[in-house]
Amino acid sequence: MKAKSIKVDYLARVEGEGGLYIKVKDRQVVGFKLRIFEPPRFFEAFLRGRSFREAPDITARICGICPVAYQMSAVHAMENAFDVKVDGPLRALRRLLYCGEWIESHALHIYMLHAPDFLGYADAIQMARDHGDVVQQGLSLKKAGNELVALVGGREIHPINVRVGGFYKVPGKRELAPMAEKLKRARDVALETVRWTAKLRFPEFERDYLFVAMRHPDEYPFNEGHLVSNHGLDIAARDYEKHFAEEHVEHSHALHSVLRGAGPYFVGPMARYSLNFDRLSPLAQEAARQAGLGPVCRNPFQSIIVRSVETLYACDEALRIIDEYEMPESPAVEVQPRAGSGFGWSEAPRGTLYHRYRLDDQGVILDAKIVPPTSQNQKVIEQDLREFVPERLDLPADKLRWQCEQAIRNYDPCISCSTHFLKLEIDRE
Amino acid sequence: MAKKQKPKLAVWKFASCDGCQLSLLDCEDQLLPLTERIDIANFPEASRAVVKGPYDLSLVEGSISTPHDAERIHQVRRASKFLVTIGACATAGGIQALRNFIDVKDFISIVYATPAYIDTLKKSTPIAEHIRVDFELRGCPINKEQLVEVVSAFLQGRKPNVRPHSVCMECKRRGAVCVMVAHGTPCLGPVTHAGCGALCPAYHRGCYGCFGPMETPNTREMSAAWERLGVKQKDLVQIYRSFNAYAEPFYSESRIHESKIHQG
Repeated sequence: MKAKSIKVDYLARVEGEGGLYIKVKDRQVVGFKLRIFEPPRFFEAFLRGRSFREAPDITARICGICPVAYQMSAVHAMENAFDVKVDGPLRALRRLLYCGEWIESHALHIYMLHAPDFLGYADAIQMARDHGDVVQQGLSLKKAGNELVALVGGREIHPINVRVGGFYKVPGKRELAPMAEKLKRARDVALETVRWTAKLRFPEFERDYLFVAMRHPDEYPFNEGHLVSNHGLDIAARDYEKHFAEEHVEHSHALHSVLRGAGPYFVGPMARYSLNFDRLSPLAQEAARQAGLGPVCRNPFQSIIVRSVETLYACDEALRIIDEYEMPESPAVEVQPRAGSGFGWSEAPRGTLYHRYRLDDQGVILDAKIVPPTSQNQKVIEQDLREFVPERLDLPADKLRWQCEQAIRNYDPCISCSTHFLKLEIDRE
Repeated sequence: MAKKQKPKLAVWKFASCDGCQLSLLDCEDQLLPLTERIDIANFPEASRAVVKGPYDLSLVEGSISTPHDAERIHQVRRASKFLVTIGACATAGGIQALRNFIDVKDFISIVYATPAYIDTLKKSTPIAEHIRVDFELRGCPINKEQLVEVVSAFLQGRKPNVRPHSVCMECKRRGAVCVMVAHGTPCLGPVTHAGCGALCPAYHRGCYGCFGPMETPNTREMSAAWERLGVKQKDLVQIYRSFNAYAEPFYSESRIHESKIHQG
């Protein structure tokens, strides 16, 4: 029998180092491994013995793309442990900071990491030679997101202004005014982005996913809410570990997550959107409808449109927050540590990010558990490819390889988070 | 007429959070003009196209923490004419160098259920401990304007204008109030390398050392000043042990306070 193997040195345009191995026999995928060989960094181990105050700054270093997500999940878990409530303008400012990260991270993925696949370019720089205005548009959107993070957080990557209980310094209302003008332009660009991505060509590929995302009584979820699914799950953060399990597999430095009794599940923009369409702003809902999206999206390739809708929402929401903002009297509420456990989660650009800490009476971390979005999505990515590949085995090797990469990039995988470069090997017998 | 070939840039990743290489993509206004001057030949986070080496300029992010990476960094050096390390992981071992103070086996079993699957080195070490490095750009994360300066300096064949003085100088230039003198807030600014623009003091917060030690820092006097503000020995150990824990002056200073704890 003729054996065939295809190798690519790495899957690019993802954050982190990983590899993909697919073995095909009689038109069936018989062997599959999404390998993650990003070197482990042991955050959960060295957090032990550190002060609760350090958790937002230390965990931010897990990911340079979504540090705000780590900071938010960490502060919420700590505040849960110490029974501290952060409300009013401080809560609004956290939401504003998160809007900035969604805009920055989504614009990066839409324009620089994902769109080149749809148009057949190796990267956004090559794409810019033929679509200069489009790439410029994406960069301007990304810049607006970064400027918002820097304004509230101090800098784009690893912001310095977040602390348990609130912030070190809060902006005055007048300081936010120039940002509102920039965000109005960004909102126009985001709306144009939804229209532009809707015109891309998408492979026919839908699956009946188990979606999991946070849900809040009256907001599109960032920092607060229950975790829900399209199959009846509805839990508070403290019950997360009763319902979800992590498995350690040989070919990966990232732990795989499963929902007990149900198996693999999907987190991230498409899950969030499909479970929270009714919580989007009227502008974002209308844009989604015009783009041809229903209230539920099951084609992961269309996640690029969903990200655009979420980016539009984040601009809209940021403008609402700035409009209603009144500077709080104090930049933070007082925090008194006490012994116990704290549970927190938030919606990172790539999906739900769970933190749990056990602390002593001085607020020293005794143990920590962090479950990032990409480790939760690994099994779903594997399942997608198991279905995607057999239908396309007649494609030329290079084209098949590229489409597999694209199918993985649908998830905007952040391998640095989950524990870079994906190596793709397809063995055909 | 034959077009002059543009210099080739490569970006390499080792153990890191991707934030420092992201800084290159975060140069939203400079990115496309930059590509007119330089050919981004190998940058997996941004492109699936790989142009073969050798490369004129390599930017290296991340620390060495696995046997495989300890080999790979030598290949990167051989393929690079000029090599710059970017960020605290590459220049000091990063936050993951906290393993250097304990037995890494304990760390593995805390995070992973099946430790036998994990292949890692006992220490996380800076790139310069393994190969010759032409320039080190500090920060956790690096400052993107400094990154543009380093790349521009390379293109113009001159030395990068990156000052090795302390955060205090930036604080004064910015006109920020000294948080340590005015508010009694412990601040690492006097011993920390400049580059952030004195961000934390401007946000009424003490510097926590993202850019690592400045040139010839007086950590002894720094610690004494912190002690006068009531900071305990165990907290002094922690403050030097973060993103630049394995940078020599911070490493030694944290060891001093650790031994003071043990002496009781």
